[in-house]
Amino acid sequence: MFTFLIAPILVIVPLSFNAEPYFTFTEGMLRLDPDAYSLRWYETVAGDAEWRRALLNSLVIGFSAMALATALGTLAALGLSHPAMPGRPLVMGLLLSPMVTPIIISAAGMFFFYSDIGLAQTHLGLILAHAALGAPFVVITVTATLAGFDRNLTRAAASLGAGPWRSFRRVQLPLIAPGVASGALFAFATSFDEVVAVLFMGGLEQRTIPREMWAGIREEISPAILAVATFLIVFSLLFMGAVQWLRGRSAQAG
Amino acid sequence: MAEDSPKADDAAQASEAAPVAAQVREAAQADDAAQASDAAPADEVAHVEFEGVSKSYDGIQQVVRGLDLSVRRGEFLTLLGPSGSGKTTCLMMLAGFEAPSAGTIRIDGRAVQDLPPRKRNIGMVFQNYALFPHMTVGANLSFPLEVRGLDEAERAERVQRALALVRLEGFEGRRPGELSGGQQQRVAIARALVFEPNLVLMDEPLGALDRRLREEMQYEILRIQRTLDITVVYVTHDQQEAMVMSNRVAVFNQGRIQQIAPPEALYEEPERPFVATFIGENNLLHGRLAAIDGNICQVDTGDGLVQAYRVTSGQPGDPVTVAVRPERVGLAAKAGHFSNEFDARIENMAFLGDHLRLRASVCGSDSFMIKIPNIVGHGPVLKGDRVRIGWATMDCRALDLDEEHA
Repeated sequence: MFTFLIAPILVIVPLSFNAEPYFTFTEGMLRLDPDAYSLRWYETVAGDAEWRRALLNSLVIGFSAMALATALGTLAALGLSHPAMPGRPLVMGLLLSPMVTPIIISAAGMFFFYSDIGLAQTHLGLILAHAALGAPFVVITVTATLAGFDRNLTRAAASLGAGPWRSFRRVQLPLIAPGVASGALFAFATSFDEVVAVLFMGGLEQRTIPREMWAGIREEISPAILAVATFLIVFSLLFMGAVQWLRGRSAQAG
Repeated sequence: MAEDSPKADDAAQASEAAPVAAQVREAAQADDAAQASDAAPADEVAHVEFEGVSKSYDGIQQVVRGLDLSVRRGEFLTLLGPSGSGKTTCLMMLAGFEAPSAGTIRIDGRAVQDLPPRKRNIGMVFQNYALFPHMTVGANLSFPLEVRGLDEAERAERVQRALALVRLEGFEGRRPGELSGGQQQRVAIARALVFEPNLVLMDEPLGALDRRLREEMQYEILRIQRTLDITVVYVTHDQQEAMVMSNRVAVFNQGRIQQIAPPEALYEEPERPFVATFIGENNLLHGRLAAIDGNICQVDTGDGLVQAYRVTSGQPGDPVTVAVRPERVGLAAKAGHFSNEFDARIENMAFLGDHLRLRASVCGSDSFMIKIPNIVGHGPVLKGDRVRIGWATMDCRALDLDEEHA
C-alpha cells in the first residue's frame, strides 16, 4: 500500500535531476554516473518567465487568500464558540460546506457567479474563491483551540476593565495563536496547490504553479515539471514540520 | 545568653503570629458591634443592594428567586449554600457576567444592570484564579493599570505595593505556571486589588487548595480586607470557611436566602430547618403546634410533648419542626433537671476521645444524636440501654417547615 502511495512521489525527486529530456531513468542514471544528472531543469524553471509569474501568482493569491480566510475563519470560530450563539450547528455546517462539496461543483458555481459580476479572470476572484475553500480549516483549528480556552480569562479581563478588543488582543489571541497559525498554514496550502478553481476562473494572467504544471503536462512534456514538483514536495515537508511545531506549542500552552 | 536567643526569636515569632489572627477577629467583632448598634440608619446607602432579583436561564426554572440583600460598606459577607443554590449566579450578576431576569442591583445606590462588567470597577477573584498564563505575574498585575492609562512608573509602584500586600515580593518575573496553587491564589488576589476597587468578589477562591493552606489563606484574606477596609462578597460551600471569615453569612438554598446573620447567630438562632442542619449538626423532631405562650410553645411529637422556643408564626395544629443541637442534650442525673425530659433507647454509641456520640430513639425519631463531653464521670452507656435524657427549653427551637415540604 505504502509503495503505491509513496513510490510515485519519491521517484519524481531523482528524475528531476535527469540530464536528458525524458521522464524515465537513463542508463547513466542507473549507473549513478554523475554526468547523467544535472540541474538543467531547475535552471529552465528558474529562467522561465512563465514559471516565475506562476510562482508570483501562487504566492500573491496564496497569501491574500490565507489572510482573508484566517481573519474571517477566526471571527467565525469566536462567534460560534460563544454560548449565546443561536443555530450553532447550522452555521457551522454552512461554513464547513466548502470542505465536503466536490471542488468541481464549487468551482463551476463560482465560475458562473463570478462571471456575472465581473470577478472571473481576476486575481481578486481567485483570492475570494481560495479564501472560501481555506476558511473551513481555520474555523476547525481555531474552534479546537477555543475548546481548551478558559472563558474565565476573558471574564477576568473584563472585570479588570478591559474592553472586548483589548481583551481579545491581549488575552485571547495570544493564547489561541497556535490554532490560528496552523489554520492559516492550511489555508495557504489549500490555495497553493488548488488547480480546479484556477482552471475555471483563472485567465492567462492568473496562472498559478499547479495550473502551469497542468498546462506543462498537457502541452509540452518536460522534466521541468518534475523540478517544480520536487520543489513543492520540499515545500510540503517544511509545511508539515511547521504544523507539527505549532501543535507542540499549543499542547504546551494547554 | 547567646544560646537562648534563637529560642527567644521563635517565641517572638509564635506570639507575633497568634495575635494577628486574634486582632483580625477582634476587629471583626468590633465592627459587628458597631454595625449592630447603628442598626442601618436610613441615610446610609448600602454598598451593594439586590432588590427583588430573579434569574432564570430557560424562562421556566428560577435559579435565583426574588432576592433581597444589602451589603454594608466594609463588610465581609459570605454567600453560603450547596451547589446549585444560586449563590454563584448572584455573584455573577453582581459582577455583570449574568443579567438578572427581574429586579434591580445597585452599587453605591446606582442601578448597574445595564453597566458592562468592565465599567463596574469591581475586583474579582475566580475559582481557578484565571491568571493570564502567557503573561508574567508583573504583567498580570499591570494589566488593569494599563487599561486605566496609568504611566509606567506609577504602574510599577502599584504592582510592587500589591505584591507586598500578598507577601510575594520579587515574583513579578515569574509566570503563573511556575507558581504553586497558593502563590497563584495570592497573585489572583493581588490582581483583583491592584486597581484599588472598594468592592471585591471572590468565587470559592480557596476551593483548589489543601486544608492547611486554605486555613492560612483565610486569615490572609481577612487581614487584607481589614487593612484595605474593602467590602468583600465571598462565595463558598464550606460552612467552616464562612464561619471563620464573615461578618455576616447569607445561607442560600433553592435560589433563596434562607437566613442572613452573623455566624454565631446563624448557629445559635437558626430560623429554618435547612439552616439548622446546614450550619453544624441538629436533631429535627417533627410534630404539631399544641399550645403557644408568648415566646414559648408546646409541640406534640406524637411521642411526647416538647417545650420549645417559638420561632414559628404558625397556629396551634400547624406542623412544625423542632431543632435541638446534639451537644445541648444531656443525660438526666435526677428527675426535673431539664424542662424537656424523655426516656430514650440507645441505638448506637461511639467513643470519640473528647466526647461520646450516642444515637437514640426518642420523640418519634430513631436517629436522635447526642454528644456528651468526656468530662464527668458517668456510668458506661451501652447499646440497647434505656436512659433519661433532656434539654432546656431555650436550647430547642420550633421552626416553620422548609418551603419544599409546605
